[in-house]
Amino acid sequence: MSDRVHTLTPQDVLVRADALQRKLGGRFRDKIVESLYDEAERIARRAVHTRTDRHWDLDQRIDRLVTSPIFGMPLMLFILAVIFWVTIAGANYPSELLATGLFWFEARAVELFNAWGIPWWITGFLWHGVYRGLAWVVSVMLPPMAIFFPMFTILEDLGYLPRVAFNLDWLFKKAGAHGKQALTMAMGFGCNAAGVIATRTIDSPRERLIAILTNNFVPCNGRFPTLIMLATIFVAAAFPPALASLAAAGAVVAVVLLGALFTLLVSWGLSRTILKGEASAFTLELPPYRRPSVMRILYTSLIDRTLFVLWRAIIVAIPAGAVIWILANISVGGASLAQHTADFLNPLGVAIGLDGVILLAYVIAIPANEIVVPTILMMYLGTGMMIELEGFEQIRALLVDQHGWTLLTAVNLMLFSLLHNPCGTTIWTIWKETRSRKWTLVGALMPLGIGFLVTFLTATAVRAFGWI
Amino acid sequence: MKPVQPTMSTCETCPAHAQLAQMGIDLRKYDRVVALAGNPNTGKSTVFNALTGLKQHTGNWPGKTVTRAEGGFAWGGIRYKLVDLPGTYSLLSASQDEEIARNFLLFGQPDCTIVVVDATALERNLNLVLQVLEITDKAVVCVNLMDEARRKGLEVDVRSLSRDLGVPAVPTVARTGEGLGDLIRAVTEVINGEVRTSPRRPPAPPEVRDAVEELLQLADGLELSLPSARWVAYRLLEGDHRVRQALLSGELAQLVTAQAAPSRRASRKIALEGAQ
Repeated sequence: MSDRVHTLTPQDVLVRADALQRKLGGRFRDKIVESLYDEAERIARRAVHTRTDRHWDLDQRIDRLVTSPIFGMPLMLFILAVIFWVTIAGANYPSELLATGLFWFEARAVELFNAWGIPWWITGFLWHGVYRGLAWVVSVMLPPMAIFFPMFTILEDLGYLPRVAFNLDWLFKKAGAHGKQALTMAMGFGCNAAGVIATRTIDSPRERLIAILTNNFVPCNGRFPTLIMLATIFVAAAFPPALASLAAAGAVVAVVLLGALFTLLVSWGLSRTILKGEASAFTLELPPYRRPSVMRILYTSLIDRTLFVLWRAIIVAIPAGAVIWILANISVGGASLAQHTADFLNPLGVAIGLDGVILLAYVIAIPANEIVVPTILMMYLGTGMMIELEGFEQIRALLVDQHGWTLLTAVNLMLFSLLHNPCGTTIWTIWKETRSRKWTLVGALMPLGIGFLVTFLTATAVRAFGWI
Repeated sequence: MKPVQPTMSTCETCPAHAQLAQMGIDLRKYDRVVALAGNPNTGKSTVFNALTGLKQHTGNWPGKTVTRAEGGFAWGGIRYKLVDLPGTYSLLSASQDEEIARNFLLFGQPDCTIVVVDATALERNLNLVLQVLEITDKAVVCVNLMDEARRKGLEVDVRSLSRDLGVPAVPTVARTGEGLGDLIRAVTEVINGEVRTSPRRPPAPPEVRDAVEELLQLADGLELSLPSARWVAYRLLEGDHRVRQALLSGELAQLVTAQAAPSRRASRKIALEGAQ
């Protein structure tokens, strides 16, 4: 009763509420939600009787396995690994076939142009510049996409993605981020710009910003071909042929996991510094499993995804091919413009285990990450001798023998591909979604800084230990 | 406590069914406000349209971006205003739609709230029902999509449901209109006090209970005795700006007065005019 000596004001209640809130911590709402869910389950169990229905049971049985604390995560990694393995093993041959065919066509066209007496610079610009850029993009990207996207779409249609989000929820919560970020991350595998738009479903502005800023750490399909090619050429080569594609798939899975790790680490860092706060609770509906419809999958994966991405890559690759050709063929003081720029960037490139040409390729590829590897190859070819590239073996020979690539170059290129600035479209999307110059800048520069830091550290460590 | 009797569905054939008069958007005069809550895709809009005869007239709630439908119907000479709240899975998150729903239930003080649930996914839907029951005593659960549940081989024991929840539960198939007469009757009985409800409120987890207890005692000092007192305490502990502001401005105290008064004019004023 002594409390009642002075009159209570609403302000006192609020002050006390704040103190209690701090004491209870972030688990407070979860506790309430849990007790509600328990009660709901109890009441529902008493009120609903099932006349044996097998379809209904099967869903629940699958869910128990797919979202089980023990099997959920390994199953997820296994499915991911199988998808990459099928993609890598299946895309290898069609890629070589396409490259051979498209470059054969280039050689014939050049012969024809020469026979007609068309000036060398028109032939060079059109065929060695524009067409070659296009041919590279098509042959490197089309087969993996045509295999990867249908498989991804099947998982989506089945209703597996919400289960992934369910499995990953606790990790994101630990990182102070929203569980739905697992879903937007999954969208990012398709396209980071799409992943950024998908964050609209996250209620809290703080958690939404975290999801936007970290979406870039999942490799989008524009970067998958780069990763898959490097894994095939460098990682797989270190293994006997029988294991080669498995090893390559393992390397890609490792990169994806690393991306997820960075997503969590950066989310954790952000939610403890500039975006402080607790993770909020949410209800995630696990939709019933549905039999995917074949026509819809083909349509979504081939028309909506594969052709859409390919088209975007092509319209960026054509001008990029032209720019590269011009840079490589306009000489100032005995060296081409490409050479000058690459030389200028070289010290920085070497410091992070790459080289000037690779960095220049990343600058040229800002509009679309898809063309990084084609750009690198075109610049190596444009500045060196002309050779026919018929398959991964020749690419390997070009990179290793002529341009001194090592396993460190390959690994750091994979790392840099995972951790660098988002592509132009994604940056533009971040600006449209946040309407904030500051956050757009953070979204572009933070990953770039992390990319430089990580590759610098690995390069320095590898050199210090004398591993190369 | 008088046990809640689930109503039977034989009434559709009874002439009393003809009492329902759809009033559409003719909202000039009404006597009661009924809120319609529920998860998305439970047939909430079908119930709304069936009762009001509207094809989803949506009216803007002042100052809100999310639209909310309103319509009217008359039953037994009493005019009801039906407010269709945004479909939500919970009332706990900070997203706009959930905020609108919970603020209307708390500050709009509808005379009765119909919570539409999907009979085929009762457990998930009950999460929302329990949250609504934290806010208000006056509620009726509309167990919709009974036809789909039957098709899926599910039997829903509404009697057990209404006993466990402490509010009437009415089985319906809104698409065909089955059970809607019983639904309205249950609503009128709850409003008139013919059926006394005693909503199930699961005990809070121990560490939360202590904090809530302490806040409730403080609030007692302010004489804030609301059916939703515990919910208000939850919201305060969560730092809900709207509820904090309501506490500071005295709006919560006003709700207490309105609840105590036999005339519910004050609360209806808030419900209808959307006083902030």
